[in-house]
Amino acid sequence: MDWSYTIWIPLLPFVGFLLLGFYGRKLPAPVPGWIGTIGVFGALVLSYITAYNYFFVENTDMLFEPIKGFEMLWMNFTDVLQFKMGVLLDPISVMMMVVVSTVSFLVHLYSIGYMKGDPGFGRFFVSLSLFTFAMLGLVVATNLFQIYFFWELVGVSSYLLIGFYYEKPSAILASKKAFIVTRFADFFFLIGILIISYYTQTFDFLTLNGMDETSFTSLSASSFMGMSVLAWALTLAFIGGAGKSAMFPLHIWLPDAMEGPTPVSALIHAATMVVAGVFLVARLFPMYSHVDGGAVLHIVAFVGAFSSLFAAIIALTQLDIKRVLAFSTMSQIGYMMLGLGVSGLEGHEGLGYTASMFHLFTHAFFKSLLFLGAGAIIHAVHSNYMTKMGGLRKYLPITHITFLIAALAISGIWPFAGFFSKDAILDAAYMHNKIYFWVGWFVAGLTAFYMFRLYYRIFWYEDRVYKHTPHEAPATMTYPLMILGALSLLAGFVFFYVWPFAEYIGPTGKPFHMHINWILAGISLGVALIGIVLATIMYKKKNDIPDKVSKAFGLFYKWTYDKFYFDEIYMFVTKKIMFGIISAGWTWFDTNIVDGTMNLIGNTTVKSSNAIKKLQSGRMQDYAYAIVSGAVALVIIFVYIWTH
Amino acid sequence: MIQGVGITHVLIVSTLMFFIGIYGFLTRKNLITILIAIELILNSVAINFIVINKYLFPEKINGQIFSLFIIAVAAAEVAIAIAVVIDFYRINKSIDVEHGETMKY
Amino acid sequence: MGAQIMFYILAIIILVFSFLAVTSSKVMRATMYLLFTLIATGGLYFLIDYNFMASVQLIVYAGGIVALIIFAVMLTEKIEAKIALPDKTKMIFAGLLSIVGSIVTIYILLSHPFKESSNDIGQTVSVIGENLLNYGEGGFVLPFELVSILLLASLIAAIVIAKRKFDN
Repeated sequence: MDWSYTIWIPLLPFVGFLLLGFYGRKLPAPVPGWIGTIGVFGALVLSYITAYNYFFVENTDMLFEPIKGFEMLWMNFTDVLQFKMGVLLDPISVMMMVVVSTVSFLVHLYSIGYMKGDPGFGRFFVSLSLFTFAMLGLVVATNLFQIYFFWELVGVSSYLLIGFYYEKPSAILASKKAFIVTRFADFFFLIGILIISYYTQTFDFLTLNGMDETSFTSLSASSFMGMSVLAWALTLAFIGGAGKSAMFPLHIWLPDAMEGPTPVSALIHAATMVVAGVFLVARLFPMYSHVDGGAVLHIVAFVGAFSSLFAAIIALTQLDIKRVLAFSTMSQIGYMMLGLGVSGLEGHEGLGYTASMFHLFTHAFFKSLLFLGAGAIIHAVHSNYMTKMGGLRKYLPITHITFLIAALAISGIWPFAGFFSKDAILDAAYMHNKIYFWVGWFVAGLTAFYMFRLYYRIFWYEDRVYKHTPHEAPATMTYPLMILGALSLLAGFVFFYVWPFAEYIGPTGKPFHMHINWILAGISLGVALIGIVLATIMYKKKNDIPDKVSKAFGLFYKWTYDKFYFDEIYMFVTKKIMFGIISAGWTWFDTNIVDGTMNLIGNTTVKSSNAIKKLQSGRMQDYAYAIVSGAVALVIIFVYIWTH
Repeated sequence: MIQGVGITHVLIVSTLMFFIGIYGFLTRKNLITILIAIELILNSVAINFIVINKYLFPEKINGQIFSLFIIAVAAAEVAIAIAVVIDFYRINKSIDVEHGETMKY
Repeated sequence: MGAQIMFYILAIIILVFSFLAVTSSKVMRATMYLLFTLIATGGLYFLIDYNFMASVQLIVYAGGIVALIIFAVMLTEKIEAKIALPDKTKMIFAGLLSIVGSIVTIYILLSHPFKESSNDIGQTVSVIGENLLNYGEGGFVLPFELVSILLLASLIAAIVIAKRKFDN
């Protein structure tokens, strides 16, 4: 089969981006939106065709070998240092392609309604198309260089979109924060890439993943602090992934990134870009599990579990609905990382990997649904704060139903999508390490609680009188909600029973059978139900239990509300310690020596030119005087030289 | 060749003439007098060519040809310069070089 | 001996009138002094037996160029008008420069051993004419043509510049 058409999957949004970039701002309001949407729709259709061909036509033997649909040499430096661009088709890239194009398409469609009347309408779709291009390019990357290239490109488009309302100082700060934090993490990723390619002499994923444990051991003889060099490189790459995926302690940018328009949060900071870190680990998963016997995966699992718990606790107390969702995203990505971290490579051992990918898949749908629903709510109420909401179920019926579906899905209630994937992750965690299972179990309860707290605070709680009666969003906004609602409802069920996820996507491409461990499922379902019940008691009707509870927790409540002061700690570290103490000498050098030298040169030039300006009198006699005296002086000099 | 007069003598005369011309060029304010100074300079150079031709290479004529060209160029230059001077006078109602300073802008 | 005396007389005329030409405070007089200088130069050419050059000097320089300058003077200045004298500092500096330059040059002239040719043949006008039109080796036909073009160009340029009209 000829797969070269797959190159158009990323290129179609890119064409849209170019068109919009050149002409977008001149077009009247809805047109750029439709251009961008059509571009992404093309990518959507192509990726569905690709998925069908890949899973059901090409690989009927259920052994999913990676295929390079397209590859070209972009920059050729030496025999080894070659930068290629291409399309790699394997189960996870095809799945990601589908997820990214689906969510991106729905978000494009939704944004046409959401951004209506915004002066930056065209600009918004330019950045959105750029992001879609970059993300699709990332997921089909054939090599580390390409993934890094698109990795930075999604960072840039994320920066542009977070700072979309650039006249708002908080948006600018948030976009800067997101860019700097992720860029900081990307720096480690880059070092990791350089180390990996230096030792293995390749960038190519297939080559890297094709090596076995002994060849990795022989490649990296040197070790540092008990881990081989390659293990360190993978750790560095994971730090890059953690930055992009907002894992503890590089999570601080994600809540602030909610300053961007809500569709952006749905697309970038919920469904696609933030899972790039998970995707990166999954992409290099065979390598992760081969190097040092999977030592780095322990780090991955720990960071994932801790972030999951940490974010869930913070999400309990937040009042900004988008921030609740942001921390919930962080928590769910922590789940995915945990799933990868506890996974093995062969057969049923690879359950964690499959579960993680499965959760990524379902999470993309219900989390973008939650964000788009939140967008519809914000659109109706003109506030981000749940204190300004309540009783909205009467005004926004479609949003209410879809939001409820998503909340049930993320809480992991059977038969919604989240149940199957979350259960699979908990199952894998249980097989690996009981502590991780109990952490995941506890987080599941917390998730159900804070999601239903959010749900009740928005839609029930108290009936209030709104200045402007909230009304349901236009069709371009509600249809994406309904489609995503259907996906959140069905994706888990269908991909568990009809086309079992595990038979298609596994760490080695060899299928295995995934089944529900009903005891574990029951325990986690139970805790989720407890969470929902607690939330119902506390928040369905306005009462004083929440206040009592928060008082009972006292200081702890305050800590969580202030996100454990991580922003403040970072500010202290960067401002006081790094800028104030460590780099003070350097700053002095910079301002006084470096800048001083430059200023001196500049000032001297200005001063001396002012001084000699008078020489340029414009009187030719003065010039002639200079010429003649110069000539005479030269003659004197030469005569002196010749005669002595 | 002039009986009893060495080449050096003639050349000293042309040198002095040259530097008198330079002096005039540097000090004069009136455009026409500057032109006169330039003529002196050109003339001294022409003398140099001719004298060297005569004294050192009498069998050749290059010196004469060159001074012919100098005379021709001087004629052309004076023609243009006079036109410029008249133009200058029509703009400034004066032919003082001081008024030409604005040309640097 | 007569030639020697004649040379010195001409040299004195040249230097004195040159000096007067650049210091005179009346333009018309300066022009006349220039004329004398140029005529004396022509005499110098006669003295060294270059009759053709001498006649060219008299016709073109003394006749043509000085006439042009006189026209310019008459068009722009009152003939007897005094012109502003230069600043003192300017005079001193320019004078110093000229004196230094002269001294250096004369020093070089005196210290350089010129090999004067004993051959005292005069070149006839026909030789110059043939050489000007000679396109063979050592011929001057190209510069001759260039000069003719230059003269034409300056003729046109002079007309164009002088004909320029001004609104004010």
